[in-house]
Amino acid sequence: MSIMKQKMSGWGRYPVHESFVARPEKNTELTNLLNNVSIPNWITYGLGRSYGDTPLNENGGTILTTRLNRFLSFDETTGVLECEAGVSFKEILDVFVPRGYFLPVTPGTKFVTVGGAIANDVHGKNHHVDGTFSEHVLDFTLMLASGEIVRCSRSENSQLFWATIGGIGLTGIILAARFKMVPISSSYYNVHYQRARNLEEALKLFSESDDQYRYSVAWIDCMARGGSLGRCVLMRGNNASADQVKARNPLPILHKTKLTIPVDFPSFVLNQLTIKAFNALYYRIHPRDSHKLVGYESFYYPLDAINQWNRMYGKRGFVQYQAVFPPETCREGLKEMLERLSSSNRSSFLAVLKSSGDENEGILSFPKKGYTLALDIPINDDSLFPFLRSLDELVLRHGGRVYLAKDSTLAPEHFREMYPRYKEFQAIKNQVDPNGVFSSSMARRLKIVED
Amino acid sequence: MESVLILGATSGIAQAIARKLAARGVNLILAGRSMEDLNRLAGDLKVRFNCPVTTMLFDAATFETHAAFYESCKAIVGQLDGIILCYGYMGDQRKAQDDGQHAKEVIDINFTSCVSILHIAANDMEQRGKGFICAISSVAGDRGRQSNYVYGSAKGALSIFLQGLRNRLAKSGVSVLTVKPGFVDTRMTFGQKGLFLVAKPEKVATDIIRAIEKKKNVLYTPFFWRWIMLIIKMIPESVFKKLSL
Repeated sequence: MSIMKQKMSGWGRYPVHESFVARPEKNTELTNLLNNVSIPNWITYGLGRSYGDTPLNENGGTILTTRLNRFLSFDETTGVLECEAGVSFKEILDVFVPRGYFLPVTPGTKFVTVGGAIANDVHGKNHHVDGTFSEHVLDFTLMLASGEIVRCSRSENSQLFWATIGGIGLTGIILAARFKMVPISSSYYNVHYQRARNLEEALKLFSESDDQYRYSVAWIDCMARGGSLGRCVLMRGNNASADQVKARNPLPILHKTKLTIPVDFPSFVLNQLTIKAFNALYYRIHPRDSHKLVGYESFYYPLDAINQWNRMYGKRGFVQYQAVFPPETCREGLKEMLERLSSSNRSSFLAVLKSSGDENEGILSFPKKGYTLALDIPINDDSLFPFLRSLDELVLRHGGRVYLAKDSTLAPEHFREMYPRYKEFQAIKNQVDPNGVFSSSMARRLKIVED
Repeated sequence: MESVLILGATSGIAQAIARKLAARGVNLILAGRSMEDLNRLAGDLKVRFNCPVTTMLFDAATFETHAAFYESCKAIVGQLDGIILCYGYMGDQRKAQDDGQHAKEVIDINFTSCVSILHIAANDMEQRGKGFICAISSVAGDRGRQSNYVYGSAKGALSIFLQGLRNRLAKSGVSVLTVKPGFVDTRMTFGQKGLFLVAKPEKVATDIIRAIEKKKNVLYTPFFWRWIMLIIKMIPESVFKKLSL
């Protein structure tokens, strides 16, 4: 099997690291790769939707998992789907929406693989009710550094199970997983849109009525200041029943016509003014309080309609920053973060606020009880990095943490404080991978593994 | 198209064709050398499309098994409406230059074995007066180049064989399609240097199925390879022989 040297990056297109890339199609080819002595270590790379250096491996090896994408079985009576880790959420929806099943949890893009969803322990709009994707995973098979294949579940190799969930690919290669799909009678959602004039009002709405909605998120205008600080549009809803939809086919696969961003936008396109204008407009076009029936595509995946939307941020790319604050400190933490952002004139084109539910047992899993805020920030110059460092400190001070799937700049000492169970992770990692066959740019940066 | 036999079913192009045919409810027989890989592919198609799929072992290199293999395929589905030959073997040009056995291997897989199995299918379909034969040849067979002329000559021979077969079967209503893919993003091409305009297997599969339905004779896919190869074929030999291609 060929291995080629190639520059790789995540969805934020920063950083860019060169590595030796292979694209196996069978498990036997994976074993051959792990035995290849000329490549020091490996990391898996799915559809490249984590933003920073999670799936990168500078001067090491990268295993593309996209051709390990076979469905293995589906049990109609239990809704349990078994598939290889390279299967994408898009493929799953295309096959199962018409049959009346939906993913139990999905992030804001359907271009993620099952393996990536487990390794980053992804969450979605229903985190406050249903938890992360992994919480619906019954078990998975993992290829260890030795080539041995083990099954991991809550009862079998449970330590390894919880280390692999959110374990950013460092415990082994996830080969296949079994998880429970959710029955639906329509692929539409009844969405309730509500404007909140500021952060206070938004948090009030969230805490008063989030239990009425299975799906809940707020788009937040990061440019608003003063009394409007944190103004946002809440979008909360529930799956619609077939009779509410009144369509002949209540279960369509909804593909929006695709727009492609063919080239990198010049960096001046997204500037303070355009972002501010967009944010203000977006706030205004949503009525103060309204209900609407929307298809799953626009509800979950509005940005998937634009191919390569990451190119809008220009050649230097962007960072996405997502932090979670515990309930006790969230008000202060969020307020301070939004203030920092608007006073430093750092604009976020898209910012999302959401309440999150209890944390699970995943050792490096991100979500925990409280509120999470996600921001996109274009990289215009290097002054962004010290600014992000100061955000990390702010998050830590409020007892929060940042999401590794979106990170590219966190310092190792901050990582250790945010993820205090990291030693447990390292112990399990050393046990199953004593020679460091699995490593990544992120793992070395955060000193999860030794250099 | 109700029942189709795909040879070399685990190749990248074959998998894409299989998915598209299974989506239409075609009864598929997937044949190849590794039962494990075939079963995995078949399992995938069954989950995706709830369709009937059978897997069969097929070893192109053992010609004497071909007739019995074809008969057992027929026994499974009643009769075969079509056969799509997707297997191929790039081999190693340098090795083939020094090792006649390796050269023979490349030629046998890409050419002589195809003659054997496709004749069996052709005789059957000719007798019935219907059916289609489709085989994946290569643009490499259009002109010999120093970098892969052993593979290229075997594919070129396959194209000429198909041409003759098409001529023979024209009056019996059996169509014969020669497919000449350009660069396709499969295991065979992954990591190779100097490739351009690389097509997705799904795109190539769509083109192939459409060409089968329209009873086309020769398909270049993506289409522009017809023009690229036309230009390459027009270069005078006196010039061509000095190029490093």
